[in-house]
Amino acid sequence: MAKLPTDIPELVKQFGPTLHTVPPGGWVHTDQDEKLVKTHCCFCGQQCGIQLRVRDNKVVGFEPWEDFPFNRGKLCPKGVKRYMQDEHPDRLKSPMQRVEGQGFAPIGWDAAMDRVVAEIHRIQKTYGNDAFALLTGASLTNEKAYLMGKFARVALRTANIDYNGRLCMVSAGAASKKVFGIDRSANPWSDIPKAKVILVAGANIAECAPITTDYLWQARENGGKLIVLDPRMTPIARNADLFIPVRSGGDIGVFNGMLHIMIERGWIDRKFIAEHTTGFEDVIEAVKKYTPEYAAKIAGVPPEMIIKAAEMWGPAPTSFLLHARGIEHHTKGVDNCIAAINLVLASGRIGREGCGYAMITGQGNGQGAREQGQKCDQLPGSRDISNPEHRKYIAGVWGVPEESIPQKGLSAIPLVEAIHDGKIKGLLSICFNPAVSLPDGNYVREALGKLEFFVNIDFFLSETARYADIVLPGSLMEEDEGTTTNTEGRVIRHRQAVTPPEGARQDWEIINEIASRLGYADKFHSAPREIFEELRIASKGGVSDYSGMTWAAIEENYGLFWPCPEPGHPGTPRLYEGGKFGHTDGKAHFVPIEWRPSAEMPDDEYPIILTTGRVVSHFLSGTQTRRIGSLMEQYPQPRCEIHPRLAEKLGIADNDFVKVESRRGEIVVRAQVVKTIRPDTVFVPYHWPLDRSANNCTIRAIDPVSNIPEFKICAVRVSKTDAPTDAIAKLEMEAGGIR
Amino acid sequence: MSELAFFIDHSRCIGCQSCVQACAECDTHRGVSMIHLETIQRSDSVQTAPQVCMHCEDPICARVCPADAIKKTPDGVVQSSLKPRCIGCSNCVVSCPFGVPKYRAEIDQMMKCDMCYDRSSVGKKPMCATVCPSGALTFTTMEDIQRTRSGIPINTWKFGNEVVKTKVYVMVPREVERVDVDLVQITSTPVSLAKDPYDVALMLEGAL
Repeated sequence: MAKLPTDIPELVKQFGPTLHTVPPGGWVHTDQDEKLVKTHCCFCGQQCGIQLRVRDNKVVGFEPWEDFPFNRGKLCPKGVKRYMQDEHPDRLKSPMQRVEGQGFAPIGWDAAMDRVVAEIHRIQKTYGNDAFALLTGASLTNEKAYLMGKFARVALRTANIDYNGRLCMVSAGAASKKVFGIDRSANPWSDIPKAKVILVAGANIAECAPITTDYLWQARENGGKLIVLDPRMTPIARNADLFIPVRSGGDIGVFNGMLHIMIERGWIDRKFIAEHTTGFEDVIEAVKKYTPEYAAKIAGVPPEMIIKAAEMWGPAPTSFLLHARGIEHHTKGVDNCIAAINLVLASGRIGREGCGYAMITGQGNGQGAREQGQKCDQLPGSRDISNPEHRKYIAGVWGVPEESIPQKGLSAIPLVEAIHDGKIKGLLSICFNPAVSLPDGNYVREALGKLEFFVNIDFFLSETARYADIVLPGSLMEEDEGTTTNTEGRVIRHRQAVTPPEGARQDWEIINEIASRLGYADKFHSAPREIFEELRIASKGGVSDYSGMTWAAIEENYGLFWPCPEPGHPGTPRLYEGGKFGHTDGKAHFVPIEWRPSAEMPDDEYPIILTTGRVVSHFLSGTQTRRIGSLMEQYPQPRCEIHPRLAEKLGIADNDFVKVESRRGEIVVRAQVVKTIRPDTVFVPYHWPLDRSANNCTIRAIDPVSNIPEFKICAVRVSKTDAPTDAIAKLEMEAGGIR
Repeated sequence: MSELAFFIDHSRCIGCQSCVQACAECDTHRGVSMIHLETIQRSDSVQTAPQVCMHCEDPICARVCPADAIKKTPDGVVQSSLKPRCIGCSNCVVSCPFGVPKYRAEIDQMMKCDMCYDRSSVGKKPMCATVCPSGALTFTTMEDIQRTRSGIPINTWKFGNEVVKTKVYVMVPREVERVDVDLVQITSTPVSLAKDPYDVALMLEGAL
């Protein structure tokens, strides 16, 4: 079925989003608290340490946790207000089934489970195992991510499981794996302040990874220089030593241009390259034509900027590269990352103090959730699902025949396309809100409407859950326990603060129950601590080896960095020391990179570049942060940032209503006229749904290697329009309305 | 080790509003934020500036209060107005050279930053300076700030002819000793900025 059961205003009336503004029980003094629980934020990949204040089994506030070394008490506004998700009026507390014409009605757990299992059986028997798919998330703990991968391969025997890290870390991961043989940031954050030059490529650190700001500023206090690449002058760029306002998709121009100059002026480490790398000759050949003038044309910036960048980066004694979605969300996302990493490798500045690079993970467990086997092409321990040895090892851990493990399945975008094409008929999703977060939103919502059966596990009724036949109420991060792996590769402990409200269940319980009813009770009965023990064994000998870790050791050490291959091992904060890399030959592999255009370049009909991203007070699809009053107050509705020159040409004034349209869809939002963006580009943040969803416009084109969608560039036209007055526009802003 | 002090470094501020959100969470504030985060001119720049109470040695707000409602603690923290005394006249609001006190009509009282006195008086840091992810707000020792920062802390200001010393320090470049504020412009730091230093279009033209 999987079509909306009733109209959207009615669904919003029943299930929100509505705003939560006061802690449960009101503003009560801390001396009334029962306990403080040391745990971590549920939001981004920084995974800041935080203490949650608990009273009467309710989270009533927070207290900074200054001892945790990564953030030392620091938090962004999302972290400060995260506790407002608890005791939220929109919280789902009963399984629900779709009722045509009305919405959703509560049903018992037993009846809901019966229905789920019957539909899985029916769909798999009728259309084959792979016709039932799983979409999962990178905000799940390591234990839950592991469980989802095992559930897909052992209980459902479907090849089609993928996760929303596909929209996040896969370009960075694929690039690092290609060059170094390991998919992880090479250095701990403590190396950043020791670098004399830092290159930040496509990372709006101030808004998307705010805690990293202090590391950057500390580097500058120590005399380090900062180079920032971004089409917008972000708060970090404002104080950079060199801000390069690159055209979206033009980054390779800057990277190859810099390398061209470094080679010309001898700012490369020939000895390091000879001893520890392969393939540099091909790179020399590839960047030959990237003279400053040629490179500048691709990058859309003056050649002097590229020369200056090379002069800062080239001869520096120590250096650090940080990259994020700005260069990764492209159909050449992997190539963008490799071109940036080539600058690190050519300088030989990696694997020692103050020298290296890191990718800034977006989601809470963006690192760990991609290692435990819920990617369509991976098994636990970052193992390859098409490698016979890897399959055999995991089959042994799971106690199943190797041939019973499905082969590689579809990644997120092709998976949704297979739903649209009628090849996938059933879906279980958890921790993923594709109705807002995937590109080409109209197409995605159309696909959801074509499912024969859709079961969604979530704690709020997300925009995606509205399409479900059965909704199962899961748990918040603080209602469960487990581990995540932060942006540095540091495995940390999430402690349980409260139990889920009556009627809701911990996610792993729900999955174990479905698996049991499918006949796999013997393989799915473990709670998180036991799942971690199994995960350790499953990761043993893999790239991301957790086998020497215990929860106790993780707690004692404020986290342990993988690889940690035997008990008592101190973990590995810095990779590649002594020039030893992850490939079997022990070397890093240069890959020559050639620039190519984006999938959709601006033209006469759609002459403006649209780029999308985040704002500091919201997280991803907004399911959580659009329900927290003070975060909504900070940034209530999306705005279209537009340069005054472009605005003037289009007859647009600040705060006007504007229509942003692409070949795929449109949105109406308010204009924000600012000089801090390129005049050929507009920016709209993507946290809002429906007619305010920037992803109505973005393009469903993916990188051939990583399959990441091209969120960072598509072609649009922008025009002034009247204030919309339809039913969606009249909704509150948290629900997709406009004011 | 000397006592802990409050330091503001405007150049570090990223406008994230963690300070604003966390201030509201302090026990005595009960959901109301007392810190101001100023957005300078969003159309021209992303620059923002956090403003806590500077806790003047000789607070003008207290001096001009006809009801004697504003008190300074022995350790130099200037408190919000005392509820039984405050008459809501807003003398303090207009006289403060830093624009800190705000009159709240719904409670007919002036409220302002009290350096989270319930926290700072028992050895904890104020909320804003604990959570600030950029280090724009820091609560630490003078030794620590001198060891870790390239700028220097100052706490002497001149507004017209009035010299003001504050408990809170502001980080400035090394050559600055005191900030003199005339009616319309800051005169102590000669600066030669381009007219539109953050206009991306001008940057792309190589005009900056």
